[in-house]
Amino acid sequence: MIAATYSIPAILVFATSALLILGGAIGVISVANPVHAAICLITTLFGVAVAFIAQQADFLAAVQIIVYAGAIVVLFLFVIMFLGVDQKFHVSAEPLVGQRAFAVAGVVVTVGGLITLMASSHWVSGATSVSGSPLDTGNGNVKQLGTAVFTTYLYAFEVTSALLIIAVVGAVLLARRERASTNEEVDA
Amino acid sequence: MNVPAAWYLVLAALLFGVGAFGVLTRRSALIMFMCIELMLNAVNLTFVTFSRTLGDIGGQASVFFVMVVAAAEVTVGLGIVVAVFRRRNSTSVDELSELKG
Repeated sequence: MIAATYSIPAILVFATSALLILGGAIGVISVANPVHAAICLITTLFGVAVAFIAQQADFLAAVQIIVYAGAIVVLFLFVIMFLGVDQKFHVSAEPLVGQRAFAVAGVVVTVGGLITLMASSHWVSGATSVSGSPLDTGNGNVKQLGTAVFTTYLYAFEVTSALLIIAVVGAVLLARRERASTNEEVDA
Repeated sequence: MNVPAAWYLVLAALLFGVGAFGVLTRRSALIMFMCIELMLNAVNLTFVTFSRTLGDIGGQASVFFVMVVAAAEVTVGLGIVVAVFRRRNSTSVDELSELKG
């Protein structure tokens, strides 16, 4: 009955992305080794990219693979290897009494509320947006996204460049060893 | 015809819940950062889904900016993890209890 309403390929793509996303996410929170968690994170990010492609966000899917799975996860792996913390953590250790039970309760309430909200709302029955430019439903939307980012959201785009500079300087300051002070001590 | 938007929204809600559970229960700061990435990706998936349903490119532009902020956040966060590891020789957040009264 579902297959009669929606096309089989769309359902298959959704099932694939859901499997990748949820399997990877559960792997991230359940495996003991941080390296394995990073590999599971790649699975989730790939699943999200599949969902992006299925919803006409081609450019974002490419960025998702290149920036997230390529750069951010490699950064995670670099820090894991650099610190040498790729031994197992005790997943079952629970220093705070009842922490896990409270976490389960909070997450169930939040997700249950979200799903109830989504199920009881009629998001798609309204008119399409009048504020932004309408979405092309053709092949690719790179041009459209570029136009939006460099016209409507130009100030936000410029602010992100400042944010990235601040982040780079902050990371360098945080991760740098205090060489100058030790040299002074040696000289004195 | 594509599957309804509610399917993707429910999937994003579940992904957000899994990420939130990981942040609340895991002790390693690195795993907590990965779980924050999961939550950010859930929000991105919601943005793209609404962008498709409402036919507005603004949702995808928002995802673009979320990705930039996520990259900056990971850079600074991992810098903090490295700095803390130098001092404590551990990435467990339970070790960071100086401010406890």
